[in-house]
Amino acid sequence: MSRQSNRTTDSKKMNSELFTLTYGALVTQLCKDYENDEEVNKQLDKMGYNIGVRLIEDFLARSSVGRCQDFRETADVIAKVAFKMYLGITPSVTNWSPAGDEFSLILESNPLVDFVELPDNHSTLVYSNLLCGVLRGALEMVQMAVDVKFAQDSLRGDNVTEIRMKFIKRIEENLPAGDE
Amino acid sequence: MAIFSVYVVNKAGGLIYQFDNYVPRAEAEKTFSYPLDLVLKIHDEKVVVSFGQRDGIRVGHALLSINGVDVNGKFTADGKEIIEYLKDSTNYPVSIRFGRARLSSNEKLMLASMFHSLFAIGSQLSPEVGSSGIEMLETDMFKLHCFQTLTGIKFIVLADPRQSGIDALLRKIYEIYSDFALKNPFYSLEMPIRCELFDQNLKGALEIAEKAGNFGPGS
Repeated sequence: MSRQSNRTTDSKKMNSELFTLTYGALVTQLCKDYENDEEVNKQLDKMGYNIGVRLIEDFLARSSVGRCQDFRETADVIAKVAFKMYLGITPSVTNWSPAGDEFSLILESNPLVDFVELPDNHSTLVYSNLLCGVLRGALEMVQMAVDVKFAQDSLRGDNVTEIRMKFIKRIEENLPAGDE
Repeated sequence: MAIFSVYVVNKAGGLIYQFDNYVPRAEAEKTFSYPLDLVLKIHDEKVVVSFGQRDGIRVGHALLSINGVDVNGKFTADGKEIIEYLKDSTNYPVSIRFGRARLSSNEKLMLASMFHSLFAIGSQLSPEVGSSGIEMLETDMFKLHCFQTLTGIKFIVLADPRQSGIDALLRKIYEIYSDFALKNPFYSLEMPIRCELFDQNLKGALEIAEKAGNFGPGS
């Protein structure tokens, strides 16, 4: 085969340390450029959003998951299929709100933050904010508006990393025909 | 057994990619002497045969080239009006190629948008709720297969009615799109796809599909 073959699930193994280093270089350069943690968080979220809108098609093409009927199904698919496929981890889904529109993803480990320690002058930096953007962008492309943020961050002293996802609404504009 | 064309339509109904895989077979080039025994007329900015069939030239065929030079609508390549040119006996003998007019890119854009609307009508006409849009359209010459992703992009393949494995091909094209178009950071979403790698891989996939192959884990 002359073209790059990457159809099998893990034929292209990459060093995850290179991934950690790349992400780290990205965040530190952003910190140098913007010098303001809030701004860096926003930029990470934006970058994550751009990744998410493209990643969703890759995910749908490879995983043949159909449309989720409710938010619980969405949560399961995100935790068990998507995180496993892209980061190799399976977070647990907990802390459902009574209305069923908010839940938490508890990550035991986070490949982005291997070997990372946050210094004191960056205490408000949400290092893995890219993930929030990715989730937001990806779900927006399947007509779900969500709010994603880190509720706990192991880099900032908490025991686990917790991502809180809240369903805002279904995006009714530009619905693909056949979904009502 | 052949796959004729591939169309990719974005969420808004605009055509973002089109690829034709067929060679139009019905073309005839003949040398004519004055006076021309075919009756020509202008239709849709093209010169077509309105009366007079012979030697493979049928009514409705468009004039494609004069003396080997492709024409530009109703004008020759140097800007002369074709009908006037052919009324002048000094221009003869002339070699003209007739054939079924190919769709121009504007026409393809229009047809893709029309299909986008019809696709939606398909789901609205359904007696049952939650029906998909048009998945297949069949004529005696070809079958049109359409696959809409959850994000609203449609992949349309026109193929020979006897061609099998189009569903797998549509999913394969989706994978190729998610790889070579989306992972190209310089490609903007919803815009026309102008990525070399996408073209190459798409052609490869069509070849495999035509040979009735399956997209196994190794391909």
